[in-house]
Amino acid sequence: MAADISYDTVVNSVVEILKKAQTGLPQDVTDALKRAASQESSDIAREQIGAILKNIDIASRKQVPVCQDTGILIFFVEIGREVKLDFDLEAAIIEGAQIATKTIPLRPNAVDPLTRHNTGTNTGNGIPDIKYEFVEGNMIRITAAPKGAGSENMSAIRMFNPTEADRIREFVLETILKAGGKPCPPIIVGIGIGGSFDKAARLSKLALLEDTDKMDDFEKSLLEDINALGIGPMGLGGDTTALAVHIKKACCHTASLPVAVNIQCWANRHASVTLGGGE
Amino acid sequence: MTEFHLSMPLKKEELEQLSTGDVVYLTGTVLTARDEAHARILELAGKGEELPFDLEGAAIYHCGPLMRQKDDRWEVVAAGPTTSARMSKMTPRLLDKYNVTALIGKGGMDNVAGSLKGKCVYLAFTGGCAALAAENIREVETVHWPDLGMPEAVWVLRVENFGPLIVGIDAKGNDLFAKIEERARKVFSGLR
Repeated sequence: MAADISYDTVVNSVVEILKKAQTGLPQDVTDALKRAASQESSDIAREQIGAILKNIDIASRKQVPVCQDTGILIFFVEIGREVKLDFDLEAAIIEGAQIATKTIPLRPNAVDPLTRHNTGTNTGNGIPDIKYEFVEGNMIRITAAPKGAGSENMSAIRMFNPTEADRIREFVLETILKAGGKPCPPIIVGIGIGGSFDKAARLSKLALLEDTDKMDDFEKSLLEDINALGIGPMGLGGDTTALAVHIKKACCHTASLPVAVNIQCWANRHASVTLGGGE
Repeated sequence: MTEFHLSMPLKKEELEQLSTGDVVYLTGTVLTARDEAHARILELAGKGEELPFDLEGAAIYHCGPLMRQKDDRWEVVAAGPTTSARMSKMTPRLLDKYNVTALIGKGGMDNVAGSLKGKCVYLAFTGGCAALAAENIREVETVHWPDLGMPEAVWVLRVENFGPLIVGIDAKGNDLFAKIEERARKVFSGLR
């Protein structure tokens, strides 16, 4: 079972998806940026999105990271229930992150939270952040989603009272208003509603992985309100403050209503690999 | 939206003719400095000690670059701007001590327009555009304070036609970011 998944295939795959995530953007994000550029009414905004598109081209041609903030490394790992592993999966992911840091290369961003000592490897105590989930099947799917600090720092969580669901819209708008140009708009907004304090945050981050174009009516109306704020690309004004809004929900305690807003810059970097699947 | 091609250090008359929303392409030397470098500059200034680099007429780039060492030389891999607002509290003190003529960053700064008045402009480079920025950095001249780590060290860079940079805060005290924010605040009040 899953004999084709080895320590080395995981290490190599992690290097590969980090390279892919860092040097290019998913097609749906690039398409959304192009659409926004063609619809923008502000000259400055068009110039900003133009620079972004040019930057994406250069990064992909030269195979260098799209942004010098190559982020803190975050992995989502889906493990098929039938998979049996005889090696340390986490050690393999960490080793992949270390090799990628040297070879792509990535900026060493991981520091001790208090002494600020840089580990130099993008790995260390609790980093990379790896989130595991069990799924059906005999495959492992690893998604690399490096996250820059500019947008992460502008994110917010609030514990509402259960009767305050009608204040969620205001909270989202307020968070984006406060963020202004700091998180590198056009942004993608991930919202986690329910679960617990930490689960809401995780849902909001998972929401960022969804297809940019697929939004339900509530998500679309939130996007409309966000763009009406006129913050625009880089906070310099314009019609495009956000490209997409995605919401993920989970059941929560009857006495609580956690809501997390995770802001993602236009560089919504992520890439996945599926390992195994053979008999 | 007038376009300017300027060289460092910026002259007084050049500073005066720039208005918010104008586009600037910059040639000359810029120094990177972010949180830790700002703190150290202010610490040394407080003790009356000399800096290992010259800030007279300088351009400070809020940037933590990704560099690669080839033989004994450094080359730029990616070097887009970082969030300038983190330096907002330190910038007025820095401008008090040193004659810096340009700040380059992204996202704007909080309450610094007054400190910039008559002497300095804030130029916004498109956030995340690190590969584009690297294309216009011709040379890494030197690095100071490498002990702060790659992103926080002071890198002295020679740039050519670096841009497009949008004048976010001009030397007349106008702040484009503050104007956009004020308008957004009004829209928000209507939507809530």
